[in-house]
Amino acid sequence: MSENIVISVRGVRFSYNGPGHPVLSDLALDIPEAAVTAILGPNGSGKTTLLLMLLGMLAPQEGTILIRGRRPQEHSRGEMSRTLGLVPQREHFPLGFSVLEYVLLGRAPHLGLLDRPGPGDMRAATEAVARVGLAGLVDRLVPTLSGGERQLATVARALAQRPDIILMDEPTSHLDLGNRERVLKVVRALVEERVTVALTTHNPSDAAAVADHIVLMREGQVVASGRAADVLTSENLSVTYGLPVEVIRVRGSLVVLTPDSLTRT
Amino acid sequence: MGFGRLALATLGILVLSVFVGRYPRPYWMPISYLWKDELALRLVLYLRLPRILTAFLMGMALSAAGVAMQTVFRNPLVSPGFLGISQGAAFGAAFSIVFLSPSAIVVESSAAVFALAALGVSYLLASKIRYGDWVLRLVLAGIVSAALFSSGVGVLKYLADPLRQLPEIVFWLMGGLWSVSWRDLLSILPPVTLGLVILYLMRWRLNLLGLSDATAFSLGASPARERGVALVASVVATAAVIAVGGVVGWVGLIVPHVARRIVGADAQRVLPASMLIGGAFALLCDNLARVLLAGEIPLGIVTSLIGALVFIVMFARADLGVRR
Repeated sequence: MSENIVISVRGVRFSYNGPGHPVLSDLALDIPEAAVTAILGPNGSGKTTLLLMLLGMLAPQEGTILIRGRRPQEHSRGEMSRTLGLVPQREHFPLGFSVLEYVLLGRAPHLGLLDRPGPGDMRAATEAVARVGLAGLVDRLVPTLSGGERQLATVARALAQRPDIILMDEPTSHLDLGNRERVLKVVRALVEERVTVALTTHNPSDAAAVADHIVLMREGQVVASGRAADVLTSENLSVTYGLPVEVIRVRGSLVVLTPDSLTRT
Repeated sequence: MGFGRLALATLGILVLSVFVGRYPRPYWMPISYLWKDELALRLVLYLRLPRILTAFLMGMALSAAGVAMQTVFRNPLVSPGFLGISQGAAFGAAFSIVFLSPSAIVVESSAAVFALAALGVSYLLASKIRYGDWVLRLVLAGIVSAALFSSGVGVLKYLADPLRQLPEIVFWLMGGLWSVSWRDLLSILPPVTLGLVILYLMRWRLNLLGLSDATAFSLGASPARERGVALVASVVATAAVIAVGGVVGWVGLIVPHVARRIVGADAQRVLPASMLIGGAFALLCDNLARVLLAGEIPLGIVTSLIGALVFIVMFARADLGVRR
């Protein structure tokens, strides 16, 4: 696995309402190329804010964010949208759209202001739908999809952008077990194709299942970061979540136990 | 049904409308009158044609604005009357009738100015509200702005001379094109064309505004700015037609849904289809308004009646895409 750093964050501080309540303070982390980095932490630890800053939608009040060596604001908007794709936590699907129509919107970064998608864009969108395994559902209306299929459609839309970095905000948080598996499998497949994925999650098991690297966050600061096996320790997770957590290894996978599950075993 | 057939049907309605009226007898004028009867020819040239074209333009503008606003607000039940635009225009017209002058040009200018003022109030309020995201704030602000201007209309009605001014206000509020001349048509043509051309050129990109803001941003769009452009284009076009035709409801709400049924949900196709269907719908309603009775029926009443019926049928038969 290569260790090229594509995104680096140094000394970042950000607050929505006044300097007294920073959402992120003195944040530093690296996101390596062609790997899955999970930004793991409890709700309200500043994960989504961080993603919006990587996207360039918010600018840090202190510190620097570098995407391939340059600040997001130094890239043109078009360049950024061809580099970074976003899978938001809750997508708004335009009224009455089919899967293909929705995925086609991912071609916007490759089109001018008054352009409309052509056959090449149609091919790219169809291919993206196939990559996430929804080829049979291209003409289905989005509201008729299952939660997992919708999430995969969102991933396909981001893929149609042809970015080399994809940011995902809690991609599995409201999915059942089967759909969660489908989404995580697609995430792993992306890395095989040398896409860099940075995803946020509040669930240590998801991070353990999919991530090569983990950044543990609590209250806007990094608790620990590094290779998944090194970071996911009982001590680190206990500090992050503020309750006793035990990590055990079962058939090669990490399993995270909390006080409730401990008392029942 | 493709665009070819839609355009053909629309053209047919446009042409047939020329022969619909109450001269020389109710409902229908034989074509031969155009060369046999000079009065008929003048009637067609100076009264029916400008009215037909204005009705068509009105339907196009209201429907295109309806598509844009339903997309921008991610809400299928939004119409151009949103953001207080209709109420602002109504206030402007009533204000002019009571305090300035009942002449058409003054009433229309005043209506257009206050329609834009209502939009301004909505926008200002939305930037002050500290609750919800931008879309929700605009919706809330629009409700407040509409309430302000409609209470203003209430006050003006109360102040108006019950014999001279009040009937005029009431008739204007019901909407109608009975007094439309070529001059009116030419005066609204530039703003309506401008608004419609902008929306038409943006038609695929409009879709991006229906996404969550973060997604739209990640796709290289500037959601706030592009929403602003779409909204201003919509308001400029609708304020102009409202200024001439009064408050004509339901067209902008219902036509985009009918268009989606026919051509699918992509704004790239819905926008032009809505323009055609909306133009034809407003024209058909206006034809009914002018021929059904010996006296004129206010257009707003016809569009509301038919619009509401269509709405009920659509609701009863299937969803409006509101489901999640």
